Amino acid sequence: MNIEGRKITLHEMSLRDGMHAKRHQISVSQMIEVAKAADEAGMPWIEITHGDGLGGASVNYGFSAATDEEYLSAVIPHLKNSKVSALLLPGIGTIDMLKRAMDCGIAGVRIATHCTEADCAEQHITFAAKTGLDTVGFLMMSHRASPEKLVEQALLMEGYGANCIYCTDSAGHMLPQDVTDRISAIRAALQPETELGFHGHHNLGMGIANSVAAVAAGANRIDGAIAGLGAGAGNAATELLVAVFERMGVETGVDLFKIMDAAEDLVVPMMDRMIRVDRGSLVLGYAGVYSSFLLFAERAEKRYGIPARDLLLELGRRGMVGGQEDMIEDLALTMSKNAGTIVSTK
Amino acid sequence: MTRKLRAVIIGPGNIGTDLLMKMKRSDWVEPVWMVGIDPASEGLNRAAEMGIKTCATGIDGVLEHVISDDIRVAFDATSAYVHAENSRKLNELGVIMIDLTPAAIGPFCIPSVNLADHAKSNEMNVNMVTCGGQATIPIVAAVSRVQPVEYGEIVAAVSSRSVGPGTRKNIDEFTSTTAAAIEKVGGAKRGKAIIIVNPAEPPLLMRDTVHVLTKNEPDQAAIIASVNAMVAEVQKYVPGYKLVNGPIFDGNRVSIYLEVEGLGDFLPKYAGNLDIMTAAALRTAELFAEQADCGAFTLPARG
Repeated sequence: MNIEGRKITLHEMSLRDGMHAKRHQISVSQMIEVAKAADEAGMPWIEITHGDGLGGASVNYGFSAATDEEYLSAVIPHLKNSKVSALLLPGIGTIDMLKRAMDCGIAGVRIATHCTEADCAEQHITFAAKTGLDTVGFLMMSHRASPEKLVEQALLMEGYGANCIYCTDSAGHMLPQDVTDRISAIRAALQPETELGFHGHHNLGMGIANSVAAVAAGANRIDGAIAGLGAGAGNAATELLVAVFERMGVETGVDLFKIMDAAEDLVVPMMDRMIRVDRGSLVLGYAGVYSSFLLFAERAEKRYGIPARDLLLELGRRGMVGGQEDMIEDLALTMSKNAGTIVSTK
Repeated sequence: MTRKLRAVIIGPGNIGTDLLMKMKRSDWVEPVWMVGIDPASEGLNRAAEMGIKTCATGIDGVLEHVISDDIRVAFDATSAYVHAENSRKLNELGVIMIDLTPAAIGPFCIPSVNLADHAKSNEMNVNMVTCGGQATIPIVAAVSRVQPVEYGEIVAAVSSRSVGPGTRKNIDEFTSTTAAAIEKVGGAKRGKAIIIVNPAEPPLLMRDTVHVLTKNEPDQAAIIASVNAMVAEVQKYVPGYKLVNGPIFDGNRVSIYLEVEGLGDFLPKYAGNLDIMTAAALRTAELFAEQADCGAFTLPARG
């Protein structure tokens, strides 16, 4: 494929999706350090919030080391050129929380719904677009919708006022052809001025290949995470994206050496574990399960003795969607009851 | 011979229709009118087929019949935006309003927790919170009646097919109203609510999770007993309400996993969220009727 001469916008995820891999414990000073390095390298956008977006701090998803407002107001004044976005999942975050994030200086918001439930984002997208924020409609778990269904949902979000739509492979389940089919169908349906993005996870080792396929099919915004720091096997690694796109003649505006230094010197040392395609994250990708379920399934395995793989496979069979982390402990309890191995809590 | 309270239902959508079907079986409340705004609406036609009077000109079209038809109670299943006016107009005529919208002008009502208090204070408008609130706040209250609760958080997962356009356009009202009621009725110092819409096919039953952080170490035996008693209390008006797992104790965290199967009146059984809302609203009116019948509750005077 020839995509030489194209220009794309990269969006840095290590400080938001990476929060999942860090159990939301990235410190304010680590956030500042990584964001400054990304800014220095020429990264146009950086996302900063709890892994589950504004208001994600909870028993269900884990409390973060600092609040969304503390992170945002600490980081944004340090940035020269990079713009900061927040993630918001309707049903978890609210417009009030978005207003507070705007007071901290965000320039964009990404409103995320499951790929078939775009109409739950109407009030948030409408509000955000009116304020002049860069407003992205973020269709999660896009592998669960056919290209036709995804087009229908993308058009809803565009109609509410989103200036960019994302096809989001939250489970890292898609293969390049799946990406091509979805991105090209959405591209053909959207207004020409509406931007189109892709967010990949590396659970099947396809993070980079899928991002390239997305650009070839018409996407112009691509998410990456420095050193891949993200849920599951991580996101497409930003430094890899920069190198690969540079070799293909695609302009990202990001300095390869600076971003690879940030990966090696700052982000890798922050990791609690190697972000790689390990057994658990491979199961996520294979079975099409939401990437942030991984650490919860591993904790449930420790506590209830049900293998994380069995839990993840069953959660996939039951069609659980992003945000249903509570169903992991519930399932572990039910499976251990059925196996007669439940440890009484009474 | 009991004296039934005669009722008007405003809003012939999923909730209004399900409520009508349940009300037809009630010993204490009798549906008389269904009010909508579109003469061609399926909901109004359904109501007419079920033998009750219909009005397609909104609440104003039914006001002149309130006294002659002896309407005593109204159920508003429209939207937060029009509820205040509906309530004002009907209250003026001495009709008690049961609010199924997120408007919440009146006090929150969770029947198993605080309905008796509302009956005692002769409230003219009570708000039924949200489906997620009806399913979870009794459990938060079951813990907070044992010991102080610093934080109560609920996660309601509902099937996509059971979530109508009204809820989808007003997701923030769901989370903020539910969170407020977790504090006011559930007794948690701070409340948080999360809703997840799940499109799996076949549709999943409504699931609700309650996470509570207690101030001091949880008294496990007392909490287990209190939660079991509360589940039995809710089952009196929602038979498909079920404790699936828990209480689970992990430090000061107490987690309880619930499921709500509906009766399958208007929407199929997976839509427990619809049932728990309509059943709670009907239970509320029934208690007012029972109390009025035995003289403990005074209906507004009418000439």
